Amino acid sequence: MGNLFRGFGAVFYKEVLHVRRDFGTLFFSLIIPLLQMVLLGFGIDTNIRQINTVVYNADGHRESRELIDRLINSDTFHVIRYVDKDEDLNDAIIAGRARVGVKIPVDYSDRLLHHMAAQVLVLIDGSDSSVAGQAVNVTTAIGLDESLRRVLQDRSTFAVDMRPKLLFNPDSRSPNFFLPGLTAILLLNVTTFLTAFSIVREKERGTLEQLFVTPVRPMGLLLGKLLPYLGIGFFELSLILTFMRFVFRVPIHGSVILLAILSLPYLFVSLSLGILISSKANTHAQAMQLAFLTILPSVFFSGYIFPRETMPSFFYALSYLVPATYFINITRGVILRGAGIAHLWTDGLALFAMGTALLILAARRFQKKVIMA
Amino acid sequence: MAIVTQNGAPPAISAEHLVRRFGKVTAVNDASFRVEKGEIFGFLGPNGSGKTTVIKLLTGLLPLSAGSAQVEGLDVRTDSESIRERVGYMSQNFSLYDDLTVGENLQFYGRIYSLEPARLKRRIDEIVQLNSLAPYFNRLAAQLSGGWKQRLALGCAMLHEPQLLFLDEPTAGIDPVARRQLWDLLFELSGHGITFFVTTHYMDEAERCNHVAYIYFGKIIADGTPNSLRELPEVQPHGTLRVEITTPEVTRALRFARQIPGIRSATIFGQSIHALIDDQFDLHELREQLLKNGIAVAEVRPLAASLEDVFVELTNKHQAMTEAARG
Repeated sequence: MGNLFRGFGAVFYKEVLHVRRDFGTLFFSLIIPLLQMVLLGFGIDTNIRQINTVVYNADGHRESRELIDRLINSDTFHVIRYVDKDEDLNDAIIAGRARVGVKIPVDYSDRLLHHMAAQVLVLIDGSDSSVAGQAVNVTTAIGLDESLRRVLQDRSTFAVDMRPKLLFNPDSRSPNFFLPGLTAILLLNVTTFLTAFSIVREKERGTLEQLFVTPVRPMGLLLGKLLPYLGIGFFELSLILTFMRFVFRVPIHGSVILLAILSLPYLFVSLSLGILISSKANTHAQAMQLAFLTILPSVFFSGYIFPRETMPSFFYALSYLVPATYFINITRGVILRGAGIAHLWTDGLALFAMGTALLILAARRFQKKVIMA
Repeated sequence: MAIVTQNGAPPAISAEHLVRRFGKVTAVNDASFRVEKGEIFGFLGPNGSGKTTVIKLLTGLLPLSAGSAQVEGLDVRTDSESIRERVGYMSQNFSLYDDLTVGENLQFYGRIYSLEPARLKRRIDEIVQLNSLAPYFNRLAAQLSGGWKQRLALGCAMLHEPQLLFLDEPTAGIDPVARRQLWDLLFELSGHGITFFVTTHYMDEAERCNHVAYIYFGKIIADGTPNSLRELPEVQPHGTLRVEITTPEVTRALRFARQIPGIRSATIFGQSIHALIDDQFDLHELREQLLKNGIAVAEVRPLAASLEDVFVELTNKHQAMTEAARG
């Protein structure tokens, strides 16, 4: 029934005029995500390296120096100071100058020479759990390795040889992990905000009230508002992908076309979310706050930064309601793992269902709360 | 049920016992009125009295809680979409897109009403001509002054050649010259058979309407031509006369006038006092009494009630009635 979308063409025409006339807003809404991308892409490294470390070597013999060299060579620790008192070791950690303190006791090399167990004290600042975890793992591994060498002496092969291999991101590059996820957040940012603002602006000016007295149908109005911003979102996606590929050198293992197709339902969801926000918000400021409210779960519960698998079960369930969860699986799938439609169609379908539900909900709310208010 | 007038044409609007409730609040309470084709119908009332709600009911934006209404012969309950195709609406803030030009605003509204390109072009030319918008055609709406904005908004509301136009406070915030020009235009258009439903706060505008109704807290308390309202017994009780006392000392004169037994009520209107007096009371004697008390009276003369007098009287009476019913 064509009638249901009455006014779509007119609203679309007008929205395109608005966007063209207000080129500055468009420019900044496209450029700021790229800037964010540059900042996060260059600024964040999820691999923990070069942890500031103080060393109190009370022993000072060759064995103790070799141990310190091993710690340094692991690339995990960066020795900022050598101290010669327990208090100084503690102070450096409390003051935050160092995260790790290593104390080699005075009898370390003596005990090793006499084939007795030697102890090394490793103090770790637990306030940042990922740094602490890395420090625990690496020091334990070095200790184990050191012990095995001494026990095995000249026989240099281990009984079990574990060979881990990192797939998809062999060098553990942070941009490879970060940027595909960031794409989802940035797109959400642009599209949800732009649609919400474009409708709230009409509320503020009173033009929406005028439109309702014309034969325009809510669906025609909403789709006419939505499609131009879908185009903008799509353009933004191409910009982000180009940047990711050629500035940050993140290889795209899967099909770009598939990624483009699967981004449509995601854009649809985020645009519908913008419309839903605008049915609630009456001013720019309100729309802004509500839009930020949608950004938070997308950042924290989508697996963008924190792995979903470690979440408590309630939040894990909640993460299924966050559109970015699906899209991050899609971007990481296509870009990093080379996944195809067979692996990702469920995510695409979930997004499409969410988008449709949100748009219908938004159209209903419009009918009830906005037109009849 | 079609309502037919003597000449056979249905009225532009016929509303019977309209009721609209929002929760416990009754915004429109049993409102009935009819507007004939080609009339300029002035719909008056204080802010929040339900004027905009009535427009929303008549254009089908809000469902009726009770009652029935026909607009252009169509039922608002079942045909609201056809009604919206046929009527025009101009809201109080002129609802234009500031960042679009005059031409683009017209284009947009034309497309909304699905005018085909040739007709749209013709209509835009006609509207531009009628409202003298030609010099501003490529200017952004934001750069127009209030009067021109209002002409453009009226143009947008008329593009699809509606036979009935709802104008919600069309002259709020525009200068007196533009106001007069708008009214001249309305008279011209109503001469071509277009019906106007105009809400306003200005009494001088109400005086220019063929037909006025006054809504007070959801109830219509007056309905008729300006002249018939002036003669309502509530306004001009039997055996009374309305006079205007012109004096430089209005405040002092009012205080004194209210003590004279023959004067039933008195109010200040600018440099004069409007008073309702017993028609036995001689005007010369009234003047003498005032002069004797040292009040410089320029003139005392009989006066026809203004619409403002009408609405003030009716509002007072209505308030008294409501309070009596409550007490």
